[in-house]
Amino acid sequence: MALNGMEIYKMLPKKNCKECGFPTCLAFAMKLAQGGTQAEKCPYMSDDARAKLEEATAPLMKTVKFGTGDRIYSLGGETVLFRHEKTFVNKPRFAVMFDDGMNEDEVTKKINNINSVNYTRISEEMFVEIAAFRCSTGDKQKFISLIKKVVQSCSKVIPMIITEDTEIASAAAEEFSSLGPILYGANEQNYETMVSIAKKYNLLLGVKAPDQANLYDLVQKIQNSGYRELLLDAGGRNLKTAFDDVVNMRRTALLSQDRTFGYPSVAFVCDMTKDKMMEVAMATLFVEKYASIIVLNDMDYSMALPLFALRQNIYTDPQRPMRIEQGIYRIGQADEKSPLLVTVDFALTYFIVSGEVERSKVPAWILIPDAGGYSVLTAWASGKFNAKSIAKAIKDFEVEGKLKTRELIIPGKVAVLKSDIEDELSGWKVIVGTREAAALPAFLKDYLQERAS
Amino acid sequence: MPYKKPSQKFGGKIREVTIGSGLKLGGESTLPFYSFDGDTGAKPAIGMEIWDIFPESWPQSLKNIFGEYAHDPVKWAKYCIEKSNPDFICIKLEGASPEGNNKSPEECAAVVKRLADEITLPLVIAGCDSDEKNASVFTKVAEAVPDKNYVFLSAVEANYKEVGAAAGMAYGNIVSAESSVDLNLAKQLNILITQLGVKPERMVMNPGCSAVGYGFEYVVTTMDRIRLAALDQNDVTLQMPIISPVSFETWKVKESAATENDMPEWGNQEARGIAMEVATAAGVLATGSNAVILRHPRSVEVIRNFIEELTA
Ligand code: B12
Ligand code: SF4
Repeated sequence: MALNGMEIYKMLPKKNCKECGFPTCLAFAMKLAQGGTQAEKCPYMSDDARAKLEEATAPLMKTVKFGTGDRIYSLGGETVLFRHEKTFVNKPRFAVMFDDGMNEDEVTKKINNINSVNYTRISEEMFVEIAAFRCSTGDKQKFISLIKKVVQSCSKVIPMIITEDTEIASAAAEEFSSLGPILYGANEQNYETMVSIAKKYNLLLGVKAPDQANLYDLVQKIQNSGYRELLLDAGGRNLKTAFDDVVNMRRTALLSQDRTFGYPSVAFVCDMTKDKMMEVAMATLFVEKYASIIVLNDMDYSMALPLFALRQNIYTDPQRPMRIEQGIYRIGQADEKSPLLVTVDFALTYFIVSGEVERSKVPAWILIPDAGGYSVLTAWASGKFNAKSIAKAIKDFEVEGKLKTRELIIPGKVAVLKSDIEDELSGWKVIVGTREAAALPAFLKDYLQERAS
Repeated sequence: MPYKKPSQKFGGKIREVTIGSGLKLGGESTLPFYSFDGDTGAKPAIGMEIWDIFPESWPQSLKNIFGEYAHDPVKWAKYCIEKSNPDFICIKLEGASPEGNNKSPEECAAVVKRLADEITLPLVIAGCDSDEKNASVFTKVAEAVPDKNYVFLSAVEANYKEVGAAAGMAYGNIVSAESSVDLNLAKQLNILITQLGVKPERMVMNPGCSAVGYGFEYVVTTMDRIRLAALDQNDVTLQMPIISPVSFETWKVKESAATENDMPEWGNQEARGIAMEVATAAGVLATGSNAVILRHPRSVEVIRNFIEELTA
């Protein structure tokens, strides 16, 4: 439980010596309660008091890690229930479920899907981060060889070992310890052994109980045994209960300020439905609220495109919208006669537009004026993307000196700007482009042909 | 120390609004689907989008499903009802667009009147992309279908006076107030419309929508904030149910519109379109929408199951 200022004050030496940088012990206590300073700043505190305070002023939700090398992922560490209050920090990671009872074809299909879903969206590389392995046959060799096969075929995935059998858990943890796997399956009966395995290899430990109350007791026991690298599962295997679980565990940590549930949680969407589109709907809910690992049956492009995009949206910092630098950007081997397009400095828009220009294989220039960091219509509606700002960019970036072309392609959504821009920029002709950037490749080819004839 | 399950009790409540002859929206005093906290109100409703003209611009997969019926909005609506049993039909008067068919308000009114005579489900009537044209269209349409509790999508800052006066006051229908992803704009427009004389129980709102991946974080955050203001701060000016025209946004983005020839590695185009629609719908429902508008029968089925499971 978090301590308030008065409770902290009672634990201080009350010398009012100012060595902590605060005028009085009370002032120090108040600041500490808000998380504005650290307990160690007071040199006169007893060790016991310091330990208690450090515990009480630690983040409400722990940040835990798994993985290896450049694929070490952080989970948890969230401080708010809604992204407008501050920001969400550690995005959820997607897992695809394998079962050692599955046939070869199924395994191969999932491996192929995992390997094909790998692309970049607004400078972020999108791929499945975790392969989850459930041991349902009880056959240790079979289980380990399945994991081996998948991690060898899918170079990016980190394994999540799912078993409640401590002997199998121990063997699998040892075999794959260098990958920093997640070990999932600590329960009421086996937790002491599971904790010792997790401790030995320093693994993130998935803890499972039939419901929130039982999980709460179990987590306390595990914490008492000194292990805190945990991932929580309160057992919900239908959408309603699982949603109740993730919301209330998060609220216990952040609203009740009870660190027993101050760990990230996992949602086994794969156990809640076999319908792929329903998985998409459920995973959407859990990205918004509040799962840190979302386990799916499979991942193909139809699932990935919405889910990774959503995750990217929800986990951008609301205080720092993604903006790109103004200027003139060269795509491909553009020369002074290549087509010139203009768009805005909102990163999302720029990356979509430049991606489509690249896909068209037509070398081109993209001009980015100061548009306030907004999308095309937002910038236009707020008066930031108009004839003046575009003309200014043409001058500032010395386009007339660099290029011979005097034609400017504008986004179709702001076709109304055509005559304004032509008035503002003498000698220039404005071409109205398509409304959606996806139609740009066809448009650019037609445009080049027309210009040639 | 035993576990004490947390709970958030709010003083505010979303107003319950009845559309058509008995479809209830809103009424909740909790965050969306937080049945563990209290009364989650009416189940969110699902509507299907049809047009008054043939939807030439829709992806082929949708035209394969509806093409046979889509030359006649009444046939189209009946097909949707028979096949997917939605809670309401959204007729988008795309044909009114001054840049397109430029149909007259009278023609539009006749289409809606026919639908009203032929189907019993509530209608949500959406306009074209011209606010000015919508003002005259909505006025005529509202007059043609008086006292039906049909929803007019939407009144915006530029035309709320005409739309509010006709749909919300003179002819006994419901006004949807549409603003651009901003709590204060939503609040301001709701206030202006009520000051005009429209009763709050004859209003719903659309505080902005987009497809996942396309500025969707702003939509989520705006809706989170609107819902918290309505429930936690009991802000009566924001207690209207929210309706989200999901399909208007999701079918034009590249993930749905690119053919398999355009993007071979992306695979089946129809599946991509459904997944974008499903994710966007689930995404807005999870942050407070009381009704979503969809196109694909499969999306309707999935979102219905999603709602059923969360409200069971
Ligand atoms: C997110 C959002 C915001 C965010 C801004 C996010 C940002 N950084 O831009 C916030 C909440 C801040 C916002 C604010 C406002 N917004 Co706003 N917003 C949106 C929303 C929901 C999504 C925009 C988005 O991200 N689109 C995705 C990007 C990728 O689209 P895009 O930039 O247009 O790019 C596409 C195409 O244009 C094309 N393209 C782009 N460049 C080029 C170039 C060429 C050459 C070609 C051919 C094609 C091309 O390719 C892209 C993909 O196809 C839209 C509604 C919607 N669903 O679209 C409203 C919307 C754009 N906003 C709108 C408005 C009015 C505003 C405000 C002015 C409201 C106000 N009065 O305060 C403010 C302005 C900001 C301010 N206060 O100064 C209106 C604009 C109405 C209009 N038709 O003019 C919209 C359409 C909402 C609505 N229906 O009312 N908004
Ligand atoms: S250093 Fe410690 S004892 Fe001295 S004023 Fe600060 S809190 Fe009090």
